[in-house]
Amino acid sequence: MKKCALIALLIAALLAACETAIISSPIPTTLPKKDAPILDTATLEPRTLTVFAAASLIDAFTEIGHNFEVAHPGVTIMLNFAGSQTLSTQIIQGAAADVFASANHTEMDKVVAVHLIQKDTPKDFLTNKLLVILPKNTPANLQILQDLAQPGLKLVLADATVPAGKYTRQILDNMSKDPAFGPDFTTKVLANVVSNEIDVKLVVAKVQLGEADAGIVYSSDSVAAPDLLTIEIPAAYNVTARYPIAALTNAPQSELALEFIAYVFAADGQAVLKKWGFTPITP
Amino acid sequence: MQRFLRQLSIERNLGWVFILPSLVLVGLLGLPLVALLWRAIGKDFLDNVLSPTALSALKLSLLTSTVSVLIALAAGTPLAYILARWKFHGKTALELLIDLPIVLPPSVAGLALLIAFGRQGVFGVWLNSLGVTLPFTIAAVVLAQTFVSAPLFVRSARVGFAEIDKQLEEAATVEGANEWQVFRFIMAPLSGRALLTGFVLTWTRALGEFGATIMFAGNLEGKTQTMPLAIYLGFERGLGVAIALSVMLIVVSFVLLGVIRRLEHRTQAATHEI
Repeated sequence: MKKCALIALLIAALLAACETAIISSPIPTTLPKKDAPILDTATLEPRTLTVFAAASLIDAFTEIGHNFEVAHPGVTIMLNFAGSQTLSTQIIQGAAADVFASANHTEMDKVVAVHLIQKDTPKDFLTNKLLVILPKNTPANLQILQDLAQPGLKLVLADATVPAGKYTRQILDNMSKDPAFGPDFTTKVLANVVSNEIDVKLVVAKVQLGEADAGIVYSSDSVAAPDLLTIEIPAAYNVTARYPIAALTNAPQSELALEFIAYVFAADGQAVLKKWGFTPITP
Repeated sequence: MQRFLRQLSIERNLGWVFILPSLVLVGLLGLPLVALLWRAIGKDFLDNVLSPTALSALKLSLLTSTVSVLIALAAGTPLAYILARWKFHGKTALELLIDLPIVLPPSVAGLALLIAFGRQGVFGVWLNSLGVTLPFTIAAVVLAQTFVSAPLFVRSARVGFAEIDKQLEEAATVEGANEWQVFRFIMAPLSGRALLTGFVLTWTRALGEFGATIMFAGNLEGKTQTMPLAIYLGFERGLGVAIALSVMLIVVSFVLLGVIRRLEHRTQAATHEI
């Protein structure tokens, strides 16, 4: 009897230990289908396209994926969202994906380097900017960018391994070169960081909950979270984040992958990207 | 004897029915760990283990998980005692509540902690007005770990207390022992093994906590970045540090589970002698 209880406990503990990565382990989302055009579906083989996309693309790609499914009966899109650094590792370690949309070139280049990307891809498909977000009823007196260096401010950034975190640090360095901010600006701002989040959407969440006084995220993130206050970062300091998209060489659905990428570049895809605050690149 | 032999031959003939499915599971559980160890072996291993990131994560993890397990011991033992020996209204509901974190996804735990004790949380606003802000602190790491791991201790201790013969307790009460004396001289010594098992399980679970920590305590190297968080972010550093830290966690967990197993055997042997 005692032994049974112990074994049950052990199993419970091991299960719990297995769950450790649950919040960031990307959960593939199957999009619901509705209003599929009436076609002779008997000739259509059901196909599943797996798309790995940067966390910042959650809203835009969920919508594009749904539209693509409606336009291509029989196709199911599986979306896997996470920080691009997580996705590139998953792909390199053998995850079966068809399309990879990264928030920067660093992560895409890692996949290119191991010859997992089809010829003629990757292509840049959008650009994005960064800005400062604040919770609506912020207790901190934050008016201008210089205030980010205020001692005691609680600042949340994306981790330096996450694309958004890399861009953020570039922007801070750009500001430090301007006498209006001073050479120790980056150091002072980084001293205010209370957490380096594992993807950019977690930065948004913690500012939305009012736990942080400020965060630095993509302009597109503030479109998806209209309840936040924002401070623009002037072009002189801002960076242009270029997102590349590519079809993978070992894609189970390589033809469909190219079709999906073409769809992202087509008018429909571009309209959705624009709606969610990105600047689409016309091919 | 004859029956025993017949049984043995049946077992031999149909052995594969048991062996094949078992191998599937053993492979699934064992191969990833073997692969990780295989990758870890190399000249970089020691460098990675001794890197500042790995060492500060290790130090923080050991400190926070130890504090968490001590909290679980100090508060969980009396709670388990109440649940095992007292009868009162709403006991089942209380037991369910305490078991719930064992099955909840840690991300839910983290979100709940943030919404309860965050700076603008339901109870956090009071704490904040007293000058206490929990999120993004080492205290938040401990709270997250305690939330997900202490229920394991309570569960184990409760089972241990419940299995003690009621007559012993009654006899002691007849002799004039008060509740504390019953606990101190009868219940605690007789349930020592269950308490220790719970202690070790809770510690291992706290050591491996990820989801609630990243939600409630965030991730800052040297302050709130525990081993599982450093492992997750190790991707960027060419996996070396992540693999080294994973191996360290596996070894620690393996040793701790081994301790439980030894204790189990010892008690079994003792029971057989009686």
